[in-house]
Amino acid sequence: MYDVERFGIINTGNPKHADIFLVTGSVNEQNISVVKQIYEQMPEPKVVVAIGICATSGGIFKECYNIMGGIDTVIPVDVYVPGCAARPEAIIDGVVKGLGVLAEKRAAMDKKPAAAAKAEIAADTKAAAKAEAQANSSEQKEAEATVAAIKEKEEA
Amino acid sequence: MSTIFFLILFPLVVALALLVLKTDAARDIIVKVSAIVIAVASIYLAFTYFGSGGKFFDFENESINYLMMGIEICLAILIFYLGIKHKKYLASVLAAIQAPLMVWFELSIGHGIHVVNNLYIDRLSIIMVLIIGIIGTLITWYSIGYMKDFQHHHHDQPDRRPLFFFLMFLFLSAMFGIVVSNNLVWLYFFWEITTLCSFFLIGFTRTKEAINNSFRALIMNLLGGLGFVLAIIVLGTMGTLELNQLLLAGMMGYDLTLPVALLAFAGITKAAQMPFNSWLLGAMVAPTPTSALLHSSTMVKAGVFLIVKLAPVLSGNLAGIMVMTVGGITFLMASFAAISQSNAKRVLAYSTVANLGLIVACGGIGTSAAVWAAVMLIIFHAVTKSLLFLCVGTAEHNIGSRDIEDMDGLFGRMPKLAAFMIVGISGMFLAPLGMLISKWAAMKAFVDSGNVLLVMMIVFGSSATLFYWTKWLGKMTAIMAKQENIQGKVHKEEWLVLTSLTVMTVVICLIFPLMSTYLVVPYLTAVYSTVGTLALSAGNMYIMSGMLAIVVLLPLLFYGKTNKRIVPIYMAGANLGDDLSFENSMHQPTSVSLKNWYMEGYFGEKKMNLIGVLTTTAVLLFTFAVLLGGVL
Amino acid sequence: MSVTVIISIVAYLILAPIAGGLLAGIDRKISARMQGRFGPPILQPFYDFFKLLEKEPITVNKVQDFYVMCFLIFIVITGCFFFAGGDLLLVIFTLTLASIFLVIAAFSSNSPYAQIGAERELLQMMAYEPMVLITAIGFYLINGSFAISEIVSSEKMGILYLPGIFLGFVFILTIKLRKSPFDLSMSHHGHQELVKGLTTEFSGKTMAVIEIAHWYENIFLLGFVYLFFVNTASWSPVLAVAVCLVTYFIEILIDNSYARMKWQIAINASWIVAITLGFVNLLVIYYVR
Repeated sequence: MYDVERFGIINTGNPKHADIFLVTGSVNEQNISVVKQIYEQMPEPKVVVAIGICATSGGIFKECYNIMGGIDTVIPVDVYVPGCAARPEAIIDGVVKGLGVLAEKRAAMDKKPAAAAKAEIAADTKAAAKAEAQANSSEQKEAEATVAAIKEKEEA
Repeated sequence: MSTIFFLILFPLVVALALLVLKTDAARDIIVKVSAIVIAVASIYLAFTYFGSGGKFFDFENESINYLMMGIEICLAILIFYLGIKHKKYLASVLAAIQAPLMVWFELSIGHGIHVVNNLYIDRLSIIMVLIIGIIGTLITWYSIGYMKDFQHHHHDQPDRRPLFFFLMFLFLSAMFGIVVSNNLVWLYFFWEITTLCSFFLIGFTRTKEAINNSFRALIMNLLGGLGFVLAIIVLGTMGTLELNQLLLAGMMGYDLTLPVALLAFAGITKAAQMPFNSWLLGAMVAPTPTSALLHSSTMVKAGVFLIVKLAPVLSGNLAGIMVMTVGGITFLMASFAAISQSNAKRVLAYSTVANLGLIVACGGIGTSAAVWAAVMLIIFHAVTKSLLFLCVGTAEHNIGSRDIEDMDGLFGRMPKLAAFMIVGISGMFLAPLGMLISKWAAMKAFVDSGNVLLVMMIVFGSSATLFYWTKWLGKMTAIMAKQENIQGKVHKEEWLVLTSLTVMTVVICLIFPLMSTYLVVPYLTAVYSTVGTLALSAGNMYIMSGMLAIVVLLPLLFYGKTNKRIVPIYMAGANLGDDLSFENSMHQPTSVSLKNWYMEGYFGEKKMNLIGVLTTTAVLLFTFAVLLGGVL
Repeated sequence: MSVTVIISIVAYLILAPIAGGLLAGIDRKISARMQGRFGPPILQPFYDFFKLLEKEPITVNKVQDFYVMCFLIFIVITGCFFFAGGDLLLVIFTLTLASIFLVIAAFSSNSPYAQIGAERELLQMMAYEPMVLITAIGFYLINGSFAISEIVSSEKMGILYLPGIFLGFVFILTIKLRKSPFDLSMSHHGHQELVKGLTTEFSGKTMAVIEIAHWYENIFLLGFVYLFFVNTASWSPVLAVAVCLVTYFIEILIDNSYARMKWQIAINASWIVAITLGFVNLLVIYYVR
């Protein structure tokens, strides 16, 4: 059983509760505004993890007329998890790496007051966001032990 | 005694003056001055008799009885004529039975009975006088501005405002009469006057619906009036026509179940209990001040006043069981039905019926603790409900609708009004405000009465109450973007009245331990000689006052202050940025509209009314069958 | 106010959030194990709480934080009344007031998800309120008082007289603890149907306030279970605490065995339970007395 909650992480559908934004597909004209808005609605500090090769670079759809490419063309990405499809262990690993980035960002926030993010009004495109999944994380725990722990689990 | 006469006669004189005067300026002044005079006189009356706790007056004058009889005959003829004219023959029939019966009685049996005390005043009367004198006059004051708007909205109709104010003041006069009459014949006379005032005010707009509803109210109240007449006849044959004699005899153990049940029946019709609740719902077609004055804070209170008055002789007999069952069922069913309503006035009407049901049930239990709860309910309900009705009236004239769904984000459009309404709504069901305190006491009285069914009714009814009030509250507290403040157009008079009622709603909660100690408990001691332990110990009363202080202080200190960044709401990533619309899959903006939950399938009005009417009718029929069976 | 009252209030104020947070942590751990997972550390709820405090302060309007703060204040007051041995009905009414503040906070956002969550929360309140009141009435009938101080110092052990009411109370406890199948308005799990329902528009510190209020609330709700098992006997508090823990475990088990149900089932089931178990139990007490 793949258990991301052992790192204190819970899946939530609500950007306002989320710390880590998992995007599992490429960005196209239809969902660009949705991806942007969900990202904006997450309170700082926040981390974006691109899951799979489509989210990372656009993958085999990169050249399609409606595809913008990877999600880093729209929002800043902190962790890339390649693979088609990405393996569960890799996803968990990516999320845990994201926890590390989150801790850094939080530490940075303490130094300088967070600049208010500029609210952008969504552009003219929209679609049902098929690529939204956020993770509500917590303290960084046992980050280094991730892959090992999962391997143990599989053997057991 | 002169103050009592003043309170009955002065509004009558004012009423006649207002009927004659047609100019706005004169009317404004007269209404305002006489409102102040009446309020001051009632406070003066309260102070005069506060110390002694009450008095009987043997005022006797044969000619007054004949005068009353004459007026009754005239009114009966008027009803008879109107019934024929509008083809409402039942009203004519009832008038044709009732008046000759009464005349026959007064000329034969009644003539021989010597009534020692025609008038009286005790602490319950003082409370009622204060309610009528202060809240009633505030409502007339409010009407000045409201009726200008009303005439403006209905400019195609002739200006009937003189009639309106005539009826309002006539009604005040009759109400004062009801609460100070010891002679049942006099009480009946004033009772019938209020019925007629209500009839004319419901039919005020003269639309088909208004006329139909006014006749429904008339017929049901005449039915109650018939019960009253029969009660008087039965009591007359027993040899007394005095309320205090009736109570004394009943408490000494004489079997007075039949007349008491008949009087309670009259009270039940006037208090719009099921199966007669439909007249009060229909009465909502009248201008809103009418609803506030007649159909929530005063006239319907005449019904419960009579029942509370009779409480000592209702305790433990069949009449009492009838009254408490009818009250309990009404409370439960009306609370359920209120859930399915989106028209604010109908929600208020159902809530009124439900709360009157609670009072009636307390009266039926008849123990001192139950009567304590009933009196407290009367006081709190009168203040809070009139506030709510008047708020809805003002909202209606400014947003053009009385539908709760249209009160979306009222906080943005009319912040002051919304704040008043929030106080009113909270006052109806939330700790630590008035109605909840009384409901708490009522619940304890119900439990102590040993009637498990009644306990279940209050338990389920209370949870329904919670549901329908909070969803309304939620509609108004919703903060919506881009809203224009439109409350500048509200009349000064309306603000004054709304502010005073809001302040009163809070203040009476603060001083209710005092009211309990100095007004209600002494009344109960006078009636019951011993007063059982009250539901709320002194400690709990102080806790309530402390909580009230917190609830009042918190918003004053912290409400609406934030240094956080304000962000748009979540709409699955498709919020167009204004929080009011989202982008649909065709890239078109779609506005969001949020509706309340009415649970029609569960609490549909028709279903609830049907169940309530059938069960209460069965209870009434059963009781009277048994009682008449015992007599015959 | 006596010294014991002050001590119990202070103890509640300090210990309840700690115990409540631990309980939530154990809950998550046990739930994970029931699903064959390893689960988070026991202290995870506290980590989450402190993380929420550090988030960027955002809100959707100027008033929702006020309502949420009132929710916390009145939940704490409710618990204080309860553990100070106050009047059971007063406790219930204060709890209602607190819950109303939470509902109004959600309504105030005018967000579709939050508002549906708020309406469902109201529905849940309507569903459980009768049974809670019946519980209080049951205690009153056997002890002759609504005062909790008198109920705990009574010779009679509540459960012996109120078995039906106890079962009914445990049933609606599922709603109060926000457990499946009746976690309609919000839940700690990843149900996506209403996003996060009632709490959709709360974030950061506001969310932290809600979390801590829930910890206070849960401890106080278990206090109700405690009341059923305590009497003058010296062993009864131990038994009562044990029953509280078992009850909580059963709630976790139910939570993990059921999916979310329709609201119709929530209200039908709760009211049927109140009418059968609650009403019949009351009837029996009246009859036997």
